[in-house]
Amino acid sequence: MTSNKKSRITSYNKWGYIFLIPFMVVFVVFQLIPLVTTIYNSFFENYMSGLKQVGPNFIGLKNYVQLLTQGDLLKYFKNTMIMWIAGFIPQILLSLLLGAWFTNPSLKLKGQRFFKTVIYLPNLIMASAFSMLFFTLFANTGPVNSILVNIGIFKEPYQFMSHAGTVRGLVAMMNCLMWFGNTTILLMAGMMGISDSLYEAAEVDGATPTQIFFRITLPLLKPIFIYVVVTSLIGGLQMFDVPQILTNGTGDPMRTSMTLIMYLNKHLYSKNYGLAGALSVLLLILTGILSLIVFRTTAKDELK
Amino acid sequence: MTERERKERNSVHARRAVAYTVLTIISFLCLFWFYVLFINATRSNGELSRGFTAIPSTHLFENLNNLFHGSLPVLRGMLNSLIIASLSALLSTYFSTMTAYAIQVYDFKLKKFLFTFILAIMMIPTQVTALGFVQLVRNMKLLNSFIPLIVPTIAAPVTFFYMKQYMEANLPSALIEAARIDGAGELRTFNSIATPLMRPAIAVQAIFTFVSSWNNYFIPSLVLSSDNKKTLPILIAQLRAADWLKFDMGQVYAMIAFSIFPVIIVYLILSKNIVGGVTAGGVKE
Repeated sequence: MTSNKKSRITSYNKWGYIFLIPFMVVFVVFQLIPLVTTIYNSFFENYMSGLKQVGPNFIGLKNYVQLLTQGDLLKYFKNTMIMWIAGFIPQILLSLLLGAWFTNPSLKLKGQRFFKTVIYLPNLIMASAFSMLFFTLFANTGPVNSILVNIGIFKEPYQFMSHAGTVRGLVAMMNCLMWFGNTTILLMAGMMGISDSLYEAAEVDGATPTQIFFRITLPLLKPIFIYVVVTSLIGGLQMFDVPQILTNGTGDPMRTSMTLIMYLNKHLYSKNYGLAGALSVLLLILTGILSLIVFRTTAKDELK
Repeated sequence: MTERERKERNSVHARRAVAYTVLTIISFLCLFWFYVLFINATRSNGELSRGFTAIPSTHLFENLNNLFHGSLPVLRGMLNSLIIASLSALLSTYFSTMTAYAIQVYDFKLKKFLFTFILAIMMIPTQVTALGFVQLVRNMKLLNSFIPLIVPTIAAPVTFFYMKQYMEANLPSALIEAARIDGAGELRTFNSIATPLMRPAIAVQAIFTFVSSWNNYFIPSLVLSSDNKKTLPILIAQLRAADWLKFDMGQVYAMIAFSIFPVIIVYLILSKNIVGGVTAGGVKE
């Protein structure tokens, strides 16, 4: 009887493997194999010179050397980081402020559902369409210039697309608009996890709202705060749709808004598989290190 | 004491006033662009060139009609986007639930390892494997096919993680035991007992998968190149690359509105699920 029961349990448990088959097969075919071939490609010289195919010839780490010493990789990395930081700082400040307000028990804000619905809305919008919208709105003949000239801020239309500062600023603004709602909701989940009794005790002791925010909310929010910063940084490294559509893939003016993934995309289209591979691997390593930080901090949090 | 209480109440009132003011400004900043988009989609090219007004005009259907009969295969693009996004949502949620079920319900040797493994691959960005992916798709003769955009969503670690979290709280093992005693097979138990209980989680994740597939631009633009296969984001990029100054601007706005407003309408209907769903599985408290 017992052995019969035992064998039935093990026969149930083999279904664990069976149910994992679809995930594993798809993962191996569409993610693992592409990952391996991408890494493999990075060690080969393989590109189109005009209509002539060069390679593939094994050249070791030369693609990496070329990327890091010759190309504009560092410039594009800098562009990506500038646009990410310029969007992320207002994004995180706004999210902290709104999160603190929404979760504050003494404020009791009304209409929270409406505000949350509104601030989350831009996150679901097609990034490419949103970017195209900004391109038309900020064009020389577009409505923003029309408004600015009408109310007398500018005498003539300002050429938003011809200045590095405004193109980067627009990309940062779009990223901030698209992501601050999401960040607010994540931070709120963390803030609501902080016990009310801590706040009450602080209020009884006569702490001001500002003191409460900096002395209680922020320190206790640290794990989720790090999670938000690092995942946003990983997302920032993948920045593509918005600047790609806004500048039509050129990263103009003077490639000051060209991001790493736009650079990768260029190599993929021109079929320079060696450099594209090496660039992918560098991005993978960077993302891996950042993910490790996330795992470390969340794991530490769970141990407590 | 009453003095202090009054002071506190005043300070709460003042802070509330500040909060409402800031929230109103922020909401305005979020909605302003879509308002302008709506206004401009209703205006003709001639009206648009005369500068901005805040009042909608009457040319919305004319613009849409011109767009549908124009050079961009917009309706076809929407249909393609719909097919890819719906099938992705369906496959991704069903198989992610199945994967989570395998880890949650059964005990087997590699369980812990596989769980950690799936979590570890969660952060690999799709862009990083794009090169190998496109080569593979070309070798499989699947360029210009929807399959390489739909099938890979079966392995979705983020959706899996959400389902696993939800299952921990909402799938009593007693129910599964009962189904087994009644002689139901494992696949049947999963399909008729587990998936109905998971319906709320499946709905939330179906929405998220649908939206991210609908908005996806990078990978589809590498896979799809023939006109009758293109999705909306690719057509948007094509519109951007065109010599748009020669374009009828009414049509340009209509095209953008056509890509954005369906999602906004669906979002407003489902917003309760979506906003609540952002954190429900993603973040542990």
